[in-house]
Amino acid sequence: MISDPFATLGELLRELLVSLGLQAPQANALVNFLGAGALATAVLLLTFLLIWVERKVLARLQDRLGPNRVGPFGLLQTIADAAKLLTKEVIVPSGADKLIYYIAPPLAVMSVVGLWAVIPLAPNLIGTDVNVGVIYLVSIGAIGTLAILLAGWSSNNKYALLGAFRSVAMLISYEVPMVLALLIPTMLAGSMGTVAIVEGQREMWFVVLAPLAAFLFFTSSMAEAGKAPFDLLEAESEIVAGYNIEYSSMAFGMFFVGEFLHGFTLAALTVTLFFGGWLGPGVDQYTWLGLFYFGLKTAVVYFAVIWIRGTLPRLRIDQVNAFNWKFLVPLALAVVVVTAVADKLAAAQGWDRTWTLVAANGLMFLFTIVALQFYARSLRRRIQTRLAAASAAGAR
Amino acid sequence: MTAAQGLFLVTAGVAVIAAVMVVASQRLVHAALWLVVTLGAVAVTFILLDASFLAMVQVAVYIGAIAILIIFTVMLTRRVMSDSGPQANRTWWLAVFIAVVMFGGLMALLAQIPAWWHATPPVLTASAEFLVEDLGASLVDVDRYVVPFEVASVLLLAALIGAIVLARPAETRDRLVDPWGPASPSAPAAVDHAQDAFDGEAK
Repeated sequence: MISDPFATLGELLRELLVSLGLQAPQANALVNFLGAGALATAVLLLTFLLIWVERKVLARLQDRLGPNRVGPFGLLQTIADAAKLLTKEVIVPSGADKLIYYIAPPLAVMSVVGLWAVIPLAPNLIGTDVNVGVIYLVSIGAIGTLAILLAGWSSNNKYALLGAFRSVAMLISYEVPMVLALLIPTMLAGSMGTVAIVEGQREMWFVVLAPLAAFLFFTSSMAEAGKAPFDLLEAESEIVAGYNIEYSSMAFGMFFVGEFLHGFTLAALTVTLFFGGWLGPGVDQYTWLGLFYFGLKTAVVYFAVIWIRGTLPRLRIDQVNAFNWKFLVPLALAVVVVTAVADKLAAAQGWDRTWTLVAANGLMFLFTIVALQFYARSLRRRIQTRLAAASAAGAR
Repeated sequence: MTAAQGLFLVTAGVAVIAAVMVVASQRLVHAALWLVVTLGAVAVTFILLDASFLAMVQVAVYIGAIAILIIFTVMLTRRVMSDSGPQANRTWWLAVFIAVVMFGGLMALLAQIPAWWHATPPVLTASAEFLVEDLGASLVDVDRYVVPFEVASVLLLAALIGAIVLARPAETRDRLVDPWGPASPSAPAAVDHAQDAFDGEAK
C-alpha cells in the first residue's frame, strides 16, 4: 500500500465496483473513465495555481509585486478573475459563424489537456500508455493549430483572421524541428511509448546524451505554446490582439487557460522526454516519490519557461520564421543524422554510449557556433560596404 | 453483434455522412471541417482495427493539413467563402457514373480476396510494438518497399523545390545574386536595407 499507492487505489476501486455487482470488463472501463476524468479535472484545476505562479514570478522578474490583494499572497486572484469572466456576457460578433465560433475555444483547451493522457506522472500513474505516444503528441498539437484558425476565421474580423494566419504559419513551421527532435528520444529508447522513453533513461538522462535535441525540443515547444519570445499569437501591440480578439467572457477564458496550461505542459513533456520523467533515487521502493520527482523537475523547467518569457522581447514574424527555417530545421536534421550514426557506431564498435553521444553533440555544437560566426561576419561585412557606399553617395 | 462491431457501424456511418456533407455543404470552410470529421472517423476505425500508428499518422498528417487547406480556400476564393453558387455543374452525371463504376470495380476486386467472406477475420498474433517496428523495417528493406519509399521521397523533394520556385517572385530571384538589389537608389534607403539585414533578415 505504501510502496505503490496508485496501483493499489485502482485495484481497490475495481474490486469495489465488482463487489457492487458489475462485470469485470465494465468495471475496468468505468475505472478507466473515472481516471481520465480525474486526470483532466486535476490538470484544469492546476491551471488556477499556474496562472498565479506565472504572474507572481513574472512580476518578480520585472521588479513588481504581482497579485497580492485577494487571499494570502494573492492566491485567490485567479479564482476572482475566473468568477468575473464567468459572469460576463458571451458576445458573438455579427456575421460570425456561430457553431465554429463556439467549438474553437473548447478545442483549444482539449488539445492541451489531451497531451496529459500520455505523460507518465509516476510509475503506474499514466493516462494511457499507447505505444505511439510520441506521434500522439504531434497529432494532438495539430488539433490546437486547427482551433486557432477556426477561432480567427469564425470571428468575421479581419484582424482576427490575419492573426490566425500568421499564428498558423508559425505553429506549422515550428512543428518541423519539434517532430525531428522527438525522433531522438524515440531512437535512444527504441520505442515511441512515453513510459518506455522514461524507462530508457535509467542509465543516463537523454538531456546528457542529446543536449542539442533537448534544446531544439524546448525551443520549438516554446513556439508551439506561444510563449515569448514567440508570442505572436497574442501580439497586442501589432494586430490588436490576434485570433482571439472577438472573444469575451469564458470563451476567451478558455483560450487563456489553454495558453497558460500549455506552458506547464511543455515543461512536463521536456522532463518526460529528456530529464528522466519520474526517475529518481528510491523511486522503485516508493512509487509515490516518482510524482514528487516529476513535479520538482517540471517546476524547475517551468520556471525556466517563465524566466525566458520575462527576459526576451517579442520577435517579428519574419525573424521568427527565418530563425526556424534557416537555423532550427537544418540543425535538427543534422542532429537526427549524427545521433543515429553515433548511436549505431557506439553499439557496433563497443564504445561507451554516453561518451560517444556527448562527443558527437559537442562537435555539432562547435560546428554550429563556427558556422554562425562565419554567417555573422559575412553579414557584417556586407553591411559595412553598403554603409560606406551610402555615406559616399550622401557626401556627393 | 459485439460492442466493437456496433462502434464500427457508428463510426463508418459518421464517416460516410460527413463525406457526403463535404461535397454538399455550401461554404468552403464548412466543407473543409466536414472533411475533418470524415478523417477523424477513419482514424477511429484504424484504432478499432488495433492500428494505432496509422490512426495517429492519420490525425497528424491529414487533420493537421486541414488548417492549411482552409488558408488556401480563404486566399484563393473571392468574397471570403460566402459563395452560394450551384453545387453541381453540367457534367455531374459523368461524375456519378465514374464513381459507381469505381465502387463496383473495387468491390469486385475485394470480393476475390478469400478471407473477405469469412465470418471471423484472422487474429493478429504480433504485439502492437512489433507491428510498428516491422513497418519501419519494411520501408528500408531492399526486398520489400525501399524502392517505392525512395521514389516517393524524390517526388516530395521535387514538389518542395517546385513550390519554392513558384513562390519566389522575379524580383527576389535577382536579389539572390546581390542581396541589396541592382543599385541603391538613394543613401537613406541603403541604410534602411543595411539596418534590416542587421535585424536579421531583409524583408
